[in-house]
Parts: sequence; structure tokens; C-alpha cells
Amino acid sequence: MSVDAATVRRIAHLARIAVKESEVSHLQGELNAMLAFVEQLSEVNVEGVEPMTSVMPMEMKKRPDVVNDGEIADDIVRNAPETQGHFFLVPKVVE
Amino acid sequence: MTDLTSLTLAEARDGLANKSFTSLELTEVHLSAIEAARALNAFVLETPDQARAMAREADAKIGKGQGGPLAGIPLGIKDLFATKDVRTTACSRILGNFVPTYESTVTSQLWRDGAVMLGKLNNDEFAMGSSNETSCFGPVVNPWRRDGANTTLVPGGSSGGSASAVAALLCMGATATDTGGSIRQPAAFTATVGMKPTYGRCSRWGIVAFASSLDQAGPIGRTVRDTSILMRSMAGHDPKDTTSVDRAVPDYEAAVGKSVKGMKIGIPKEYRLDGMPAEIEKLWSEGAAWLKAAGAEPVEVSLPHTKYALPAYYIVAPAEASSNLARYDGVRYGLRVPGRSIGELYENTRAEGFGAEVRRRVMIGTYVLSAGYYDAYYLRAQKVRTLIKKDFEDCFAKGVNAILTPATPSAAFGIGEKGADPVEMYLNDIFTVTVNMAGLPGIAVPAGKDSQGLPLGLQLIGRPFDEETLFSLGEVIEQAAGRFTPARWW
Repeated sequence: MSVDAATVRRIAHLARIAVKESEVSHLQGELNAMLAFVEQLSEVNVEGVEPMTSVMPMEMKKRPDVVNDGEIADDIVRNAPETQGHFFLVPKVVE
Repeated sequence: MTDLTSLTLAEARDGLANKSFTSLELTEVHLSAIEAARALNAFVLETPDQARAMAREADAKIGKGQGGPLAGIPLGIKDLFATKDVRTTACSRILGNFVPTYESTVTSQLWRDGAVMLGKLNNDEFAMGSSNETSCFGPVVNPWRRDGANTTLVPGGSSGGSASAVAALLCMGATATDTGGSIRQPAAFTATVGMKPTYGRCSRWGIVAFASSLDQAGPIGRTVRDTSILMRSMAGHDPKDTTSVDRAVPDYEAAVGKSVKGMKIGIPKEYRLDGMPAEIEKLWSEGAAWLKAAGAEPVEVSLPHTKYALPAYYIVAPAEASSNLARYDGVRYGLRVPGRSIGELYENTRAEGFGAEVRRRVMIGTYVLSAGYYDAYYLRAQKVRTLIKKDFEDCFAKGVNAILTPATPSAAFGIGEKGADPVEMYLNDIFTVTVNMAGLPGIAVPAGKDSQGLPLGLQLIGRPFDEETLFSLGEVIEQAAGRFTPARWW
């Protein structure tokens, strides 16, 4: 399988990465090189094989459903580029 | 006094315990060495004030007989580990001047045991790379050079800063992480020892995530013994990481020097690649001969799905990366590039914040997870991964204790020499990536030099949670091959 220029633009949008029109054909070449490389997987017989979900057999650990964290709003916003009080600021989302 | 930087970690530990020198003295010589080695670009942040404060504290504790297992030992920390109040960037522009308000579990255990932080080490951006050339701080230089040449060589990656700093005697050991070979490949390129532990052995909490089902932290050290000492402090259960395993941490150092008599060592025929340099072949047979001389028994084994590990990796790792890196949105931390709408803000921030390699992987990951392609790529890759793991299980079920392979298909290459074709760069990890896909422990140990005088390493792959056997076998190789130190030119 390979991707065309329209697909490259669609992937870039899905990944939320702005891509300049001048970069599309270069990216297309790179992505197709990677897709060509992984193409060899199609020759493996995976009939009846379970997909891996956990590389080490382990049971999902559970913890008590209690509040054990919090009151660290200062810490949460400390590295934010734009804040007001304990809020993150973003461009207007709702009209 | 002899040059304190040339001591091994184990020797320094003993010297500190019997008061031959202080941690402050040991720390000062390393800080000076770092300053004199800026040409290597191994450190992206030096923390001398913090180092001195930690050294004084260690000296006070040692004086009272309360020093921990790493008391007073100066270490370097890969910039992928969150360090409280100390800038942590994963060497990406998108994290900018991120200063964590928390400490990663692994580093907190090192400080608990008395270690001293010298600074943060360079790595490939988000640990994506095999040459440390994708860092936003620029490439790291390998302290090794070809005989009679002054071409600057890569130290490997992604833990290139860790490997370069340990090889150049700038720190007594370093933390590193390994998703496809990022501890073992740079260790092999710099004649240092690198241990990638079993998945779940070290907590991933507080480490910048790349591919969560593959990422594992581990040490790079000057010797097998040094690496085993660091490993004991780094390992352990952490309730904050649900994939961290609740198992007692053994005294890894006790395994160093233990007899390997009667151990079966698998030599996988699929690792004998067409066109493999004769020097690598020779090194590999030499390694098997050394283990045999120590009483182990090399046996040929088969790992039939080996060739599919790298392509499966280049689906699974980018898929997980595209998901993990979705958090970098310009809102909560790091770089922000304005836009007219929030969507544009995201797109502009991520376009400017991610380097070319990261962008490529996030995009391929997004594609293989997208509607209509998930089954053909991601699901198939995860099935192949099951087969790769089964290969190893079958091998171990036949009584094989560990597997011996070359660590890399070549010695270190020049900066800028590879990379035009991304796939060519990916082939560096051909011998190491299988281990991550199967979650197993692997160690790279220096074993010789090529005809140009560059170090080469061998890899040992172990059963799950049997790092001890790898330390025992690694020690046999180190004893037979000797240690290799680069001539100082910087």
C-alpha cells in the first residue's frame, strides 16, 4: 500500500500537524518508504494468532476508588504558556 | 592522588566508604571533566550547584555510617527522566523550558540511595533515533575516533549522551531508556555496558513516554559490575506504574563473577545476516568461544520470525508514539505557537515543536491506527509480535539460559553519514529490537574493536526477569575481552 498527496494532508490533519504544501511530496516519499519497508509483514501467516496485548503476563492492578491526590493546581498550571489564575487560556472555542 | 574519574563506580564506592576521598572531591573532578568536554555535547544541562549540595549531603551521611548503596556517586541523567525543579525537555523544542514539579520514580530511587546528579544528558528527540542526531540541542559526539582520523562519529542513540558521557569518563554511570535498542546500541558504539531490563522491572513513571509497551529504563555503566550496582537501585515495584512488576529486586552485583558452567547459550542462526561484516562474525564466534571456555555450552537455535521484528516495530512504536505525543498541544506546557482557532494553535505548535523524525513517526503512527488501516497494519503487527515472543519462549523451553548475538550490525558511523533514507538508519536496531518486542532483558558488553579501532559489542538476551544470568555471562565476556577506553582528544 502507498499514500497519495491527499492522504498525506489528511494524516497531517488527523495528527494535528500543520504541513506546508511544499513539504507534502517529500513527506509522501518518506511515508511510502516506511510503508514499503513494513510491507514484508504481509507474508507472515498470522492465522489464529492472538494479537499481543501485554508483553509480560500480568494482571491489571486495581487501587481503592478514593481521592489520593489533588490540591496542586499551582503545580498543574506552572508550565502552561498562558494562564489566568488556575485556568489554561486558549483561543475562543464557543461562539 | 590518581585521577578519580578513571575509577570504576565500584572502586569509587569503596574509596568513599574507606574515606580515601570525599564525594565532593569526586564530584568536583567530574564537573571539571564535563566542562572540558563540552565539545562532545553530551550534557544539555549541567547542574553543578545541585551536584555539590548532594555531594556534601552524601559526605555527611557517609561520615555517620548511613550512606546508601550509591552514596556520593556522581551520575548523569538522560533528559527523558523528569527531575523536580530541573529542566526536562526530552531534547524536543516542544517541551521548551518544561520544569517538572515531580521526580521520576527511577531517579528518586537513585537519590534515595545517595547518588549525586551532575546534570541532564542529551538524547534523540523523544528517544526517536539511533544516532543522537535528532536532538534539538544538536548531535552528541562519540569520544571514539577511527585510528588516525578526526572524523566526528555518532555515539548511537537514543541514549547517546549517556553513552558518550560514561565512555568519556564524565560521570560514573548514567540512566538511559531503551525502546528498540536505545541503551544497547549506544553502549556498543562507545565500549560501555548497557542493560535493558525486562519490561516491568523499572518503573516508567515520570519518564517521557515514547512507546509505552516497549519503553524500559536501564543503566549504562563503565563495567558489568558498575551496571549491576546501578540496576539494583533503579529496579523495583512502583504502584504509580501499573505495568511495573511486584517482584523482589535481587542483589545483581552478587551475580557478577558467578560461574556460568553448564549454561546453554543459544546462537540464533537468523542473526547471521547476508553481507554482515566479517569482523562482526568473528567477534560473535569469539564471544561464544569465551563463554565455552568458562564452561557454558553454545548451541545453535532458531528464532524464525527475527526478520519481521523491525518492520513490526515500525508499526507498533509509531502507533503508540502518535497516541502518547498527542498531549503536546501548546496549552498545558511547553511551546505554544498562536493560531486563529484552537485547531490552528495545535497544528502550528506541533509543526514547529516536533523535529522531522518525530513528525514522520507521529504521522505514520496516525496512519496505521486510522479507520480502514488498523487491521492491515496495527493488528497484524501485534500478531507478529506474539510470534516473535513465542520464538524466544520455545527457545528457552528447550533449556537455553541466554542467547548471544552481535549488538549492532556495524561500528559507529560518521555524523551526517546516514539519515537521508530513514529505513537505513532503522536497520541499526536489527539485533536489539526483537528484545523489546518480546519484553526480555538484554545486555550489551564491549567485546573488541574493528579494523579501524572502533569498539564493537556483543548482546546477551535473557529469560524474563533473569538479568542476573546476563550479568554473570557479561562478566565472562568483559574478563576475556578486557576494557576499552578512548584516547582523549577533546
